[in-house]
Amino acid sequence: MNIDRRLFRLIREEKRPFIFSAVSGAAASILLIAQAYCLSRAISGAFIERSGMAGIVPFLGYFALVTLLRMLCNWITHVKAAEGSIVIRERLFGRLVSRIADLGPLYARSISSGRISATMLKGVEALDPYFSSYIPQIFLALFTPLLIVAAILPDDWLSALILLLSAPLIPFFMIVIGKSASAVTEKQWKSMSRMSGQFLDILQGLTTLKLFAQSARQRKSIEETGENFRKATMKVLKIAFLSSLALELVGTIGTAIIAVSIGTRLMENRLSFRQALFVLILTPDFYLPLRQLGTKFHAGMEGVSASKEIFAILEEEIAAAPVRPSVGAENPETGGIVFSGITYAYPGATVPAADSVSFTIPEGRTTALIGPSGAGKSTLINLLLRFLEPSGGCITYKGTPIGEIAPETWHNLISWVPQHPHLFNATLRENILIAMPGASDQMLQNALQDSGLTDVVQSLPRGLDTIIGEQGSRLSGGEAQRVALARAFLKNAPIIVLDEPTSHTDPELEALLRSSMKVLTKERTTLIIAHRLETIRNADRIVVISGGKITGSGTHEELIGTDGFYRHALHLLQEAAA
Amino acid sequence: MKTFLRLTTIVRPYYLWMALAALIGFATTGSGIGLLVTSGYIIAKASLQPPLGALQLGIIGVRVFGIARGVLRYAERVVSHSTTFRILAKLRLWFYDAIEPLAPARLLYFKSGDLLQRVVDDIQSLENIYTRVLAPPFTALLVSTLMWLLLGTYSLQASLLLLFFHLLAGIAIPLIVITLGKGTQSGIMDLKTDQQVLAIDFLQGIGELKLYGKLPAHLAEMQCNEAKMLRLQHKNACIDGLHESLTGLLMNAAVIAILCALVPTLPKAGTNGIYLTVITFAVMASFEPFLSLPASMKNLEVDVRAGNRLFEILDAKPETAAPPEPASFPENHIIRAENLTFTYPGNHIRSLEKISFTVEPGRHIAIVGPSGAGKSTVTSLLMRFWNLPCGQLSIGGKDIGLFDPEEIRRNIALVSQRTYLFAETIRENLLLAKPDASDDELKDALTAAGLGCFTSRLDEWTGQHGMKLSGGERQRIAIARVLLQKAPIVILDEATANLDPITEKEVTGTLAAICRGNTLIAITHRLKAMERYDRIIVLEKGKISEQGSHDELMRKNGTYRRMWELQHSENPGRENDDA
Repeated sequence: MNIDRRLFRLIREEKRPFIFSAVSGAAASILLIAQAYCLSRAISGAFIERSGMAGIVPFLGYFALVTLLRMLCNWITHVKAAEGSIVIRERLFGRLVSRIADLGPLYARSISSGRISATMLKGVEALDPYFSSYIPQIFLALFTPLLIVAAILPDDWLSALILLLSAPLIPFFMIVIGKSASAVTEKQWKSMSRMSGQFLDILQGLTTLKLFAQSARQRKSIEETGENFRKATMKVLKIAFLSSLALELVGTIGTAIIAVSIGTRLMENRLSFRQALFVLILTPDFYLPLRQLGTKFHAGMEGVSASKEIFAILEEEIAAAPVRPSVGAENPETGGIVFSGITYAYPGATVPAADSVSFTIPEGRTTALIGPSGAGKSTLINLLLRFLEPSGGCITYKGTPIGEIAPETWHNLISWVPQHPHLFNATLRENILIAMPGASDQMLQNALQDSGLTDVVQSLPRGLDTIIGEQGSRLSGGEAQRVALARAFLKNAPIIVLDEPTSHTDPELEALLRSSMKVLTKERTTLIIAHRLETIRNADRIVVISGGKITGSGTHEELIGTDGFYRHALHLLQEAAA
Repeated sequence: MKTFLRLTTIVRPYYLWMALAALIGFATTGSGIGLLVTSGYIIAKASLQPPLGALQLGIIGVRVFGIARGVLRYAERVVSHSTTFRILAKLRLWFYDAIEPLAPARLLYFKSGDLLQRVVDDIQSLENIYTRVLAPPFTALLVSTLMWLLLGTYSLQASLLLLFFHLLAGIAIPLIVITLGKGTQSGIMDLKTDQQVLAIDFLQGIGELKLYGKLPAHLAEMQCNEAKMLRLQHKNACIDGLHESLTGLLMNAAVIAILCALVPTLPKAGTNGIYLTVITFAVMASFEPFLSLPASMKNLEVDVRAGNRLFEILDAKPETAAPPEPASFPENHIIRAENLTFTYPGNHIRSLEKISFTVEPGRHIAIVGPSGAGKSTVTSLLMRFWNLPCGQLSIGGKDIGLFDPEEIRRNIALVSQRTYLFAETIRENLLLAKPDASDDELKDALTAAGLGCFTSRLDEWTGQHGMKLSGGERQRIAIARVLLQKAPIVILDEATANLDPITEKEVTGTLAAICRGNTLIAITHRLKAMERYDRIIVLEKGKISEQGSHDELMRKNGTYRRMWELQHSENPGRENDDA
């Protein structure tokens, strides 16, 4: 009954609060019966036996005491179930983020990044009703009704039989309606995400719409999507309402039948008033937990569909670094970074993005990687940064396969200036100091100077202490890359991986950056994805890649003599620059 | 409170529906009470062993109330929810209507994710106000009143006791719950916002976090934030449970109190004892509507916050609006700027300072200068994204404020560095520029823009943000739009700056070809083939430093010449010999 096995395993890891909750829930059910008994004794005492206040006071006293205890138990049941759910959520969240961390930037920044963040932020939370309400309710819906039947059986076996016979109708209706509900719920989710998607598209493109004086036209399509969403939501709700109607009818009609049946038996004197009252007080409480199961089932269903996304991430495979004899170690005195026979294919791709690639990035020299877009340049960088693990071949650094170096140690050796660096939601100062938390003010100023950020800092409203990133001031792409450059200056690592910007900043700044990049890469082992003529010409070594394969390598002078992509590209670049 | 009242006024057109929902809600609870009361009546009466006919009324009663309760609750839910969703759909539309004139000037400081959250999540969270906050207190009030009246006819004392307990359940407990929970909801919301920021930094910045060894610390921070939020949510759950238990306690206390009040007054014989049973059941059932009260009150904090965020947008004043009697776009569209000065709100540096220039129809003008010189601000002013605080800008001799901004935008085509493509088909994206264009026109435009291969792919989806197309293809779509728009004036704002040098050259060629007959303003910092412009305006730090043709400026030996030489020095002759 909608108990996902993987979800249930989570409960098994964190049983205690749930057991606590169940025990106290069971105690509350027993107290409920005691309550009904005291109340029926008190009323029948006053009404039938005419015992007056004196006769009923003890029962009222017990009733008060039992009530107090029962409310306490109820409270504990609630609190403990919530605690269990929270412990599970905390644990699940931790697992989820560390799994995403292991899967790495390529996974997190993939097309589905919106879905991943939604799962992280909302998916885990959506599980709450499942654990805090639905699961405990399953227990109560089984235990309480059975206990009530057992309690009234000695007094009135017929009513007990009626209750017992009507009870299965409730799960029956739930299953019938639940089946159609899950299909509709899915549809509603889709129309919800379609609506969000459309809104985001329109919000981001609003300026474009205005430029073409077309924004009024979009109003209609928003209206339509909104209307579809409303209809889809109402459809889901109507099913939920219908199911609770069915459940409620079973309950109320059951109560009505029992009232009439015990009424007639009372008249025939086959039942005492106290017994009848006892049964009647308990009848609504027999149906209540079953009915609540119905509503909590609907609330829990959202969690179950959210859990599918969570488990999809948790079960995503992480490619382990292949363990194999280090091929590149044969030439340890070369130093530098050696790619030998590196092969990698993206999941689902038929053609490898890197196909037995072998080349050397000599120690302390600058190697330029060039090739048409989609040739596999970024793949090689990602492999070098260990954001991807090769399916074949080996990368060595000073003779040691990088797979054998602890990732933290390896990353510590590298400064990385990507094409689109991430700016954290923090001050500009913090964003730069991430590379060297203890840097002195002078070092920071130098890094700003070297990366051409001094003017940018001055233009920001609060200088270095301006918040940038998601919620702060926006820096342009070029400025963001200069922040990455400043980080690299501070980090002062022996290996530099640089992705040269394709877009142009203005020429004066470009000249400045070029000279500071020269300073940065001097004497350091550098791999640079180059787009600029000058960068390419100044490199100590050039590696040309095309279709995942190395098509040439050597110095500028060596390559210019050969026919191929290098000459072609150089020619085009010159023409474009002219 | 003000926000809450404003949120309730939105209901006004649906006032009757909401009232209907509350009334049906009252009838539902009434049936519940009726069911228990009549069942109690049946057994109490039966125990006195009357003739069979005496039970008939009660038997009919339980059947009617039993069925009515379920059916009425269904009706109440359908009515209240469908009304609510109508209100929400309307709010969404209002939001769009409000936000549309604000773009782009007033939206500069909002992130699109934030706006999306407002329009989807915030509006959705208002559902609570309309289904749970407005009707239940009303229902509770009606039920209480009815009970007091009915009970009052039997015993004033019992009625007053019930009133006392209802007041406790209806006012005291919600107040206690609200006081205890004060700040938890908003605390949770704050933590959620923090978590969202942390999550974005995590997902987008994993690479950097790994490289700088900061990943463990960041993960720990997220985990700590999550734990804090969960603690608050646990507190919330405790309060919820407390409220439920307290209301249950009050219900039973009311039963005890009323029994204590009624039993001594019971005559030694007679049928009055029936009432005792009936009243006990009635008292118990009358607490049902009070159960949902504090939950809805507690969420009010969240709703008011959501409401505030919405009103922040709905209340913002658009930067520019059409004049009551807009002028028509002139045939002779000479553009004249005099002493334009502009500062972006919040900045202390002027973006433009006393700029004056003229663009005669059919002329090709380039505006050049380093980034941040104010080049794009000129475009924004011309496109009426911002109002002019000082100086004059006119088209065909008429002040730019005299036109409807839409009229201006129809007549000036703009290609910027990043062309936004909607996640729709190529056809839809082109039709923006000319909604009534035929397929043949679209195909012609595509061919002229150098996208001949796309003519058979009009119905192809461009992907989210046009991701399925390359940068070059996107800029070419923008060119096709310009062709369709047939605007007399074209502005190219760094139109090719984001392209790699090879693609840039090709796109620039196409652009030059199609702009031949138009007035053209090209904004660029790449000084290439500058001879083709009739005049070049050099902007530096918001001021015009030089103006003239390429040759004139080269002769002047000023900023322009310096920039030009800097850019052309990177290709010394040696390259050409090699290639």
